[in-house]
Amino acid sequence: MPLELLDAPGLQENQKEGLWTLNFGPQHPATHTTLRLVLQLDGEIVIDAEPDIGFLHSGFEKLGESLDFNQYVTIVDRMNYISPLANEIAWHHSVEALMGIELTPRCIYIRTIFAELMRIHDHLLCTGTCVLDLGGATAFMYAFNEREYIYEICERASGQRFHTSYTRVGGLLYDVTDDWIAMVRKFCKNFPKAYRDFAGLVMKNRIFIERTQGVGVLCKEDAIAGGATGPVARASGVTRDLRIDEPYLAYDDLDFDICCAKGGDCYSRFQVRMMEMEQSLKIIEQAIENLPSGPIYNEAYGKTGVPDKTEVYRSIEGLIHHFENIMPNRQMDVPVESFYAATESPNGELGYYIVSDGNFKAYRARTRPPSLLHFALFPRMIRNCMLSDVVAVLGSINIIAAELDR
Amino acid sequence: MAAEVKKQLGDNIFLTTLDAAASWARANSLWPMPFATACCGIELMSTAASRHDLSRFGSEVMRFSPRQCDLMIVAGRVAMKMLPVLQRIWMQMPEPKWCISMGACACSGGVFDTYAVVQGIDRFMPVDIYIPGCPPRPEQLIKAIVELQEKIKSGGTINAREFALRDTAEGPTRFDEDELIRIRERNGLKLDLPKYDPVH
Amino acid sequence: MTSESTTIVSDKQSLLQSVLPSIRQEWTAFQEQVRVVIPSKNVLEFLTACRDVAGFDQLIDLTCVDLLEMPGASNRFEVVYFLLSVDAGTRLIVKTYLNEPELTLPSATQVWFGADWLEREVYDMFGIIFSGHPNFKRLLLPDEFVSFPLRKDYPQQGRGERHNFPVITRSQS
Repeated sequence: MPLELLDAPGLQENQKEGLWTLNFGPQHPATHTTLRLVLQLDGEIVIDAEPDIGFLHSGFEKLGESLDFNQYVTIVDRMNYISPLANEIAWHHSVEALMGIELTPRCIYIRTIFAELMRIHDHLLCTGTCVLDLGGATAFMYAFNEREYIYEICERASGQRFHTSYTRVGGLLYDVTDDWIAMVRKFCKNFPKAYRDFAGLVMKNRIFIERTQGVGVLCKEDAIAGGATGPVARASGVTRDLRIDEPYLAYDDLDFDICCAKGGDCYSRFQVRMMEMEQSLKIIEQAIENLPSGPIYNEAYGKTGVPDKTEVYRSIEGLIHHFENIMPNRQMDVPVESFYAATESPNGELGYYIVSDGNFKAYRARTRPPSLLHFALFPRMIRNCMLSDVVAVLGSINIIAAELDR
Repeated sequence: MAAEVKKQLGDNIFLTTLDAAASWARANSLWPMPFATACCGIELMSTAASRHDLSRFGSEVMRFSPRQCDLMIVAGRVAMKMLPVLQRIWMQMPEPKWCISMGACACSGGVFDTYAVVQGIDRFMPVDIYIPGCPPRPEQLIKAIVELQEKIKSGGTINAREFALRDTAEGPTRFDEDELIRIRERNGLKLDLPKYDPVH
Repeated sequence: MTSESTTIVSDKQSLLQSVLPSIRQEWTAFQEQVRVVIPSKNVLEFLTACRDVAGFDQLIDLTCVDLLEMPGASNRFEVVYFLLSVDAGTRLIVKTYLNEPELTLPSATQVWFGADWLEREVYDMFGIIFSGHPNFKRLLLPDEFVSFPLRKDYPQQGRGERHNFPVITRSQS
């Protein structure tokens, strides 16, 4: 029975006089959907916290064994649901790395632009809900308004606001049009003002600073040994960013900085996310100006990419090409190997370990979830903080329950 | 006599039934309890944000305490570990209450036909409105709320007696293989088709 | 494969082979990713050496693969550790094989405490037991769940656990 209050044996051993247990249950506004914490408190100070997860476990990895590489992208979308395209880009990055496929320049740049748009998208939600949980509803509204523009951009490219399923093995679903480019440019022009409004409401706000500075400190050694990556690690002083250390897509050609902070507390994580949004905007501006023209599927790999419908219905080559792409045992050749590849998703290092047995379907598709390792670090961060700090810390480490539970 | 009274009083007095008046009030002030589990939860938040503003339709506040809400919006997939929590929260809500099942996963399991996801919350809980989509657009959620308002206004009662009549489980009924065999025989179909194995 | 990354790790290879000569290590590389297979009884020693001697201070991931349906596999379970050295940026994949009935391994929480939840998840999904773990129980599935779902002999739709719940009708609630 998952709702028993005293369900945590670790906490029961420390039962002393004066300590009480609070169930911060799976249904709670600040628990970003379905997390459960059993807190042991001394008055208002948290002595220990035991997380209980699995309330959104949906069997993603089991599904990976029955769907092929192009179908599984729809499922992967639904893991980190606040930046769906970032997951798709990471998945197909791993698949293409396993199969040794190279992308065309246009495809690389479009994927880079989407990856950075998704980074802004994710950080806006994370910071917006963090501030909402601390009481500031206006900043949440500002952040969500900006996200609507990104939804429009995704919809223009792929047809869906989110869960776009836009990438394919070796390319993309559709090419982008000129009005998409115009929309991205307009977004780049309008975003700085909205960013300044949002930052101005929050960053120097005394209430926010007092609630987040010094709260939930994660030191550098704990961050490294605990497996933290991404903004959570960078806020503790770990200067590692996969876009610079192991460059993929177009990051080699673009000019941007890694954002780090030394404090390791909630305010540092918040600051790192805000700075990363600025850097992402810089990357998008450079990429959209230098967007190469050309095809999105690499002609060298004949079997990638479903051809245009006019070709499928009007020429025999188009029909055969479509057939080769869709029918189950006629798709591309996959080496019988296992491979791990990771990208810098907005939450941290999102990697996929794919074991293949020669079919166009993964034998095992393991997701390396950044949220799982960050949530495991949560008990260390929350020791000796107050009950109301639990909300601040939970918001700052950006736990997405679907990625956590898969 | 009534017509004369009406003429004298003009538009100051409305004559109606208690049921209609109560339903009108309840329909226009549905406070949602967002049971947001997954991606549909984000679309729910978008619906409540400034562009598609849900509070124009009466859902002014999203109270997270079930004791203060009357509409439960189950947004997102419900894993088997979460279902008892969902049922408990449903039981904690006071009458009258309605339930909207938002998204494909809450309606029928969605893309997740796996061991851990409940294939539709209507198997275990009463649902009033279903919203398809993965995730449904905010406009679809608004349409669902408007339809629910119509449903309440057209059939609501003051003491919620219309709910007492729904005493069967509303989810999908178990498939009966013998029925399929009988249908085939009745139509003279003598095919040796493999026996359908419904993994419920 | 002689790229720079492989050369560095084959320094690790010569380093680790000289430090632990008694352990049988099989080093391979595929597209610049270096893997080493070690026997399951030497896992803890090898991982400790990786952290202390070779400088892999971060455990990125810990997972398992069920090789029941893989053609040409001679072992059932493959437990995989992904290591990273944060300063140098080098990666290493350590694999070990397990067969029934001895599905136990020593816990890697002594080496990197981040292995805590990853090991609980491997137990939850595959049934591999890690001895010496501080809080060993299921992570994602309810405690009363009895099977191990990610094994290949467990069906994707489950065996009825997902619908084993009481029904609430509208008139009752």
